[in-house]
Amino acid sequence: MNRFSATSKRFGEHIAEWSIRIVASLSILVIFLIFVFVFREAAGLFSGAQRSQAAAEAAASASATPADHEQDVYNPDEETDSAATTSPSNANDQDVYNPDATIEEPAPAAASTATPEEAPQASKSLWEQLTGSIWQPVSEDPKFGLIPLFIGTTKTTIVAIVIGAPLGILAALYTAFFASPRVRNIVKPTIELLAGFPSVVIGFFCLTIVATFLQDVLGTAFRLNALVGGFGLSLAVIPLVYSIAEESLTAVPRSLREASLALGSTEWQTAYRVMLPAAAPGVFAAVLLGVGRAFGETMIALMATGNAAMKTWSVFEPARTFAATIGSEMGEVVWGSEHYGILFLLGSMLFLFSFGLNAVTELYVKSRLIKKFQGK
Amino acid sequence: MAKETSIKARTQTFSFFYGQKQALFDINIDMHENRVTAFIGPSGCGKSTFLRSINRMNDLIESTKHTGLMEVDGVDVYGSDVDVVTLRRRIGMVFQKSTPFPKSIFENITYGLTLTGKKSKSELEEVVESSLRRAALWEEVKDRLHHSALGLSGGQQQRLCIARAVSVNPEILLMDEPCSALDPISTGKVEELITQLKDQYTIVLVTHNMQQAARVSDYTGFFLMGKLIEFDRTRTIFTSPSKKETEDYITGRFG
Amino acid sequence: MSVFSGHLPASKRVLGFFAVLVAAFAAVAIVGLIVSMFGIFIAGGAQHLSWSFLSEAPRNNNMEGGIFPAIFGTALLVLIMSILGVPIGTATAIYLNEYAKQTSVFARSVRFAVNTLAGVPSIVFGLFGVGFFVQFLGKGLDGMMYGSMEAKVFGQESLLWCSATLAVLTLPVVIVAVEEALRAVPRELREASLALGATKWQTIIKVVLPNSVTGILTGSILAVSRGAGEVAAILFVGVAYSMDGNVGLTEKFMHLGYHLYVLATQSPDVEKALPLQYATTLVLLGLTFLLNFTAIYIRSRLRTKA
Repeated sequence: MNRFSATSKRFGEHIAEWSIRIVASLSILVIFLIFVFVFREAAGLFSGAQRSQAAAEAAASASATPADHEQDVYNPDEETDSAATTSPSNANDQDVYNPDATIEEPAPAAASTATPEEAPQASKSLWEQLTGSIWQPVSEDPKFGLIPLFIGTTKTTIVAIVIGAPLGILAALYTAFFASPRVRNIVKPTIELLAGFPSVVIGFFCLTIVATFLQDVLGTAFRLNALVGGFGLSLAVIPLVYSIAEESLTAVPRSLREASLALGSTEWQTAYRVMLPAAAPGVFAAVLLGVGRAFGETMIALMATGNAAMKTWSVFEPARTFAATIGSEMGEVVWGSEHYGILFLLGSMLFLFSFGLNAVTELYVKSRLIKKFQGK
Repeated sequence: MAKETSIKARTQTFSFFYGQKQALFDINIDMHENRVTAFIGPSGCGKSTFLRSINRMNDLIESTKHTGLMEVDGVDVYGSDVDVVTLRRRIGMVFQKSTPFPKSIFENITYGLTLTGKKSKSELEEVVESSLRRAALWEEVKDRLHHSALGLSGGQQQRLCIARAVSVNPEILLMDEPCSALDPISTGKVEELITQLKDQYTIVLVTHNMQQAARVSDYTGFFLMGKLIEFDRTRTIFTSPSKKETEDYITGRFG
Repeated sequence: MSVFSGHLPASKRVLGFFAVLVAAFAAVAIVGLIVSMFGIFIAGGAQHLSWSFLSEAPRNNNMEGGIFPAIFGTALLVLIMSILGVPIGTATAIYLNEYAKQTSVFARSVRFAVNTLAGVPSIVFGLFGVGFFVQFLGKGLDGMMYGSMEAKVFGQESLLWCSATLAVLTLPVVIVAVEEALRAVPRELREASLALGATKWQTIIKVVLPNSVTGILTGSILAVSRGAGEVAAILFVGVAYSMDGNVGLTEKFMHLGYHLYVLATQSPDVEKALPLQYATTLVLLGLTFLLNFTAIYIRSRLRTKA
């Protein structure tokens, strides 16, 4: 003991700090719970232990062999670390599970749809079912082919990014470098206002106005199609891409801009050739987050894409996305059925995809940014 | 010059590190009771780091560490049985930038007192008056004690911070460039205050202003690049420094 | 001609002109689109907005009457979601900004979790809401309190679980907003408090929070307003197609966004329901922006006070 020893034990202080810590850990807990509760329902598919009557009936037609086979193929606990995969069919399923890889080269995925033969339903394994090319969950003979959904999701996402990313980035360039302060003070809050639009409102707008307009202009056969849906999604993507891109553009050190201007380049040359490349990792992150937003958006896709699960890459035909499928079918599904499990499987895929996307932005983009500005 | 008083705080081969970077090198200093000890030196020389090591403000910065000894009243302030909160109550601090809380003048002064439990109104009023008097601010603010402290002028705000620091009756008062943001008149007032306060407190002052050190301090230490170049009575330092670096600095040939 | 003029060839100047023009066009296109959205909504729905529309319950299969239950339900949802989510978000932000060390693994995990949560598609929160809140927590509570997992008190879709789901969904936004508010408190104030012998918790309670309360409030309201229009996450956690007045925490409820969705996609006569849809859109947007304006108002009010 000395004269600077604590005069009280300060229990309150410790209680406060630990309470704060425990509450803070809730965020981790929620992520964990999402993993557990979304994946658990999907896992029911693979364990072969369907719970409800309906599922049992559906499974009854399938022989016992594929069910056993499924158990080998799928250990849901290992789903998170893909490195542990051994069975060939599981390796195969990486194509579907890692949509982010297939988005860049969709051709192989499309080609693979031709491979599964239209064998009699009864003897189909789960894996064969999922790679089928027909999504027809509610029927005498339900079909759960994810290929059309995958195509639908991919093409609407591509449309959304092709429209949304350039617009968002260019608008960000404009307000960051070219616009007068007065114009910027109008443009910036307005675009940020769009971020506050509920997606159901955007969906409604596309459903009633954009769809009719585009059909009149383009004369498409379907009023609601992937283009309308993708356009709607781009309205959700634009404010996101815009604000992150704008932020990273304005975060580029002033000195860089001044140096470029001092060397005699004009304002636009500086913007396009110096500032944009310097902010590239941030802009890239903006686009990645835009992809995540478009991929996972439900209401716009639900209302504006036409929602038909078609195996076509044409943007003028309807599309059905993963998220919209969950959104429209979850309400009526029989609890515990195979269909139910597959909807949760779709949810798990969406979660894994967003998780992966976030990890990429976190780890890759941030380190790149740091390297760039600190010259390490 | 006043005669030697007892040693209030001292360091032995005290070194300090920010991560891998060493900021202080083997500092040995004795700080005397009821005296003003000033530290001068160019910016980044480690004088503020040293000051903030005395009341362990540097603990707030991540991945810092120290070696050597820092003693106050013979107690190692980095010792395991030292409670940093109690330590800081005994060692007051005034910062470079005046830091009044956005509350009333009254609440600013009573902040430190109310931390350790409820006090009676009369007790608080008494402390507010005596603290403000000690900071030579009472006459200027006595009619607006319940107005926001942010309405005071820069010099008044800094004296308010001094009043706030003395309100909890510390033994040592650390002052980190307390006048660097003040105009000459306010600076004069604060300097006058420092000379008055040393009757009750041990004062450690960091300043970039050599004249200020010469005017108010009894002992002066000269820091350069994390090393204590010279430490002596102020008069000695300013009239016959023993080190060439010190002489260069005080005559303005340096930095 | 001075020596400074014309140092760029004409072709480059044209290119530069187009470079700026394209960027300006993008900005104008987006703004134009947003403005025309507002115009269309107002033109389509303004004349249908009446007191009876706002104050009455829907009739005749949602084709007539008002949308009061949906307005009330949405407001209640936002309120409960805030009560559940904002304290947790604030505490987490306090941890991240005041306690966490940069090097701590726990702190980095929390941050990663928050960032991940922010990117999870809302429909996945919906699945989580059913799987965790309704099926697991709700049925578990029923089992504990009523002795049967099938008591159907907590173990069914309800306003409570919708609020909880949305509280989780808006949590990362609240955390980021509150953290921003906390960061705006000058470091010097914290140091001044600590140097007076205040503990960390005392400093947080007496200095940090009072100095950031405006930012926390406005940030939270803005964050919560994002949840107000969210439909996908609660699509199967407790929104009702139509209600006849009964409002209960453990009951289903009507929601403006869901109501709009239903009107737009499932009405017997979509064309006839169009003015209703526009008017509902206006009310939903109005509610969202009302929250935003409240935030802005609080900010300006408290700023002038301090």
